[in-house]
Amino acid sequence: MTHRFIEEEATADIAFEATGKDLREVFRSAGDAVMNVMIDNLDAIRPRESRVIEADSEALDLLLLDMLQSLIYYKDAEQLLLRVRQIEIDKLNGIWHLRALGEGERLDRERHHQRADVKAVTLHDFRLEQVDGGWLAHVILDI
Amino acid sequence: MAIVRALEKLEKISDTIWELPVTYKEGMRVPARIFGTERLIREMDEAVYDQVSNVATLPGIIKYAMCMPDGHSGYGFPIGGVAAMDLKTGVISPGGIGFDINCGMRLVTTNLTWDDVKPHLTRLVDRLYQRVPAGVGSTGFLKLAPAEFRTILEEGAGWCVRSGYGWEEDLELTEENGCIKGADASAVSQQAISRGINQIGTLGSGNHYLEIQVANPENIFDREIARAFGITIPNQVVVMFHCGSRGFGHQVASDNLLVFLKVMESKYGIKILDRELASAPFDSPEGKKYFAAMKCALNMSFANRQVILHRIREAFSEVFGRSAEDIGMHMVYDVAHNTAKLEHHLVDGKERELLVHRKGATRAFGPGLPGLPARYQHIGQPVIIGGSMETGSYLLVGIPSGAQSFFSTSHGSGRTMSRTKARKLWFGQTLQKDMEARGIYVRTASWPGLAEEAGGAYKSIDEVVEATELAGLSRRVVRFTPVGNIKG
Repeated sequence: MTHRFIEEEATADIAFEATGKDLREVFRSAGDAVMNVMIDNLDAIRPRESRVIEADSEALDLLLLDMLQSLIYYKDAEQLLLRVRQIEIDKLNGIWHLRALGEGERLDRERHHQRADVKAVTLHDFRLEQVDGGWLAHVILDI
Repeated sequence: MAIVRALEKLEKISDTIWELPVTYKEGMRVPARIFGTERLIREMDEAVYDQVSNVATLPGIIKYAMCMPDGHSGYGFPIGGVAAMDLKTGVISPGGIGFDINCGMRLVTTNLTWDDVKPHLTRLVDRLYQRVPAGVGSTGFLKLAPAEFRTILEEGAGWCVRSGYGWEEDLELTEENGCIKGADASAVSQQAISRGINQIGTLGSGNHYLEIQVANPENIFDREIARAFGITIPNQVVVMFHCGSRGFGHQVASDNLLVFLKVMESKYGIKILDRELASAPFDSPEGKKYFAAMKCALNMSFANRQVILHRIREAFSEVFGRSAEDIGMHMVYDVAHNTAKLEHHLVDGKERELLVHRKGATRAFGPGLPGLPARYQHIGQPVIIGGSMETGSYLLVGIPSGAQSFFSTSHGSGRTMSRTKARKLWFGQTLQKDMEARGIYVRTASWPGLAEEAGGAYKSIDEVVEATELAGLSRRVVRFTPVGNIKG
């Protein structure tokens, strides 16, 4: 489970690739990538509060988009920095369903080293695909 | 005339106009026009050509898909993208406006000179940094009930002035008088309201900034127009800032992008080449609802910049011990970058009402056009173009030849490298010290964020603005030199 920021793409914004051996891992690493764009020292986010994130979608990649948007939502609406811990992804009657537990704490400007605020997850070249050894998400964030 | 590699099909129309014909890509309905000198054209990343030709495939597009001289890779539209749509056959696309709806610029004069400000610069920037929150998830001083916030969405900067956060004249000097008509708060989601309700009066992050600048006499290009815009004394100090509709606008765009994605093909048979160009017919329930919600974000952003101006006036007043009125803190103008608006333009000699998308592009009305403040009717619209924090910024004026681009022009320098790359080349704290040694005092909420905004990550603002003038999109009036900066 990991992510890397891509130098050669998204001149004005930030592009990243996140990987995982299964869907749960790639979702979690993509979530951490979004948070890592905003906060340099992810490990400084302590698990003091939690929120349940739920999403439904006919398309698996849009399920990921929904989860990432939720993390951005909590950052603005509650100044809450969340890292996705537990996560369940199921498909029922053609609809993907996600239930995730985000844990974290309110933004502390002293302890959390800021980088850049994320405005949104764009759909430009947004991909979630199966690759050798697991899954890969390619995401461009609007900064 | 052909130029480089994949751009072999780019045709030179003039020294500053380049065109991709409809044969360049399957599905193009109109040619794509890119404005810029050959050097700027060569420097543009290839994604610009791909994105602007994708825009040319959108239903109802009129004349050309366009990209301004500061164009660079975006998502959906390129940054610097302009597209005018027919109201009956055309679409509206959140990707043609951007997530940060009505991200824009505001320019404010003072009657202070650099000699007056220099001894107080550090204190002034520190005070502004306290007064105007910046950075990730920042919140403002206004504590609003949801009903009040909804009122702001429909009334824009007018609410702020009525509530004591501004002067009546500020409204006249704001695009749309600070309130676009037709905003409907019932068209926005609860999530959008929750994201934005605490963010009025905040700068944000990324390329958003607040800057103290100086108009040196050698950088006045048109003395008469500069005077009409309020730049009247040698080495006059001005304040320029750049920000938008914060989380509220981002959520409005995100919400509607997904709605459009669902109905676009199944209900309306619209096929697109990039999901970020998700669209709905302008004349459809989905299109109308987004238009009404998008206008709420326009108004939220006008209100945001209005409250920030109020805080700036307070900070100057505290530091200089005089009222903001006494310091002459009048607005020059407030312009939007990321919008879609109904405007009347001449198309093949006939006046038509069109929906003009501008994404990272500035409206630049020439003299005599409706919508300009009375005091600028005979001059043209002030155009505020921000450069990088290390170089400089410009005040331009809209001119008649701007009709070729539906009166649109550049909005900034345009980046030449990704944030991720810039971060490897510069270090925030070192950059701050270097800038201070060069006479620019900067405060930031984020050291990596500062490094990502280094001047070297941007095109030359002078070259972009020169190309803008050569292309006849707008004309230079004043170049400003930065002396103090707050970065989100």
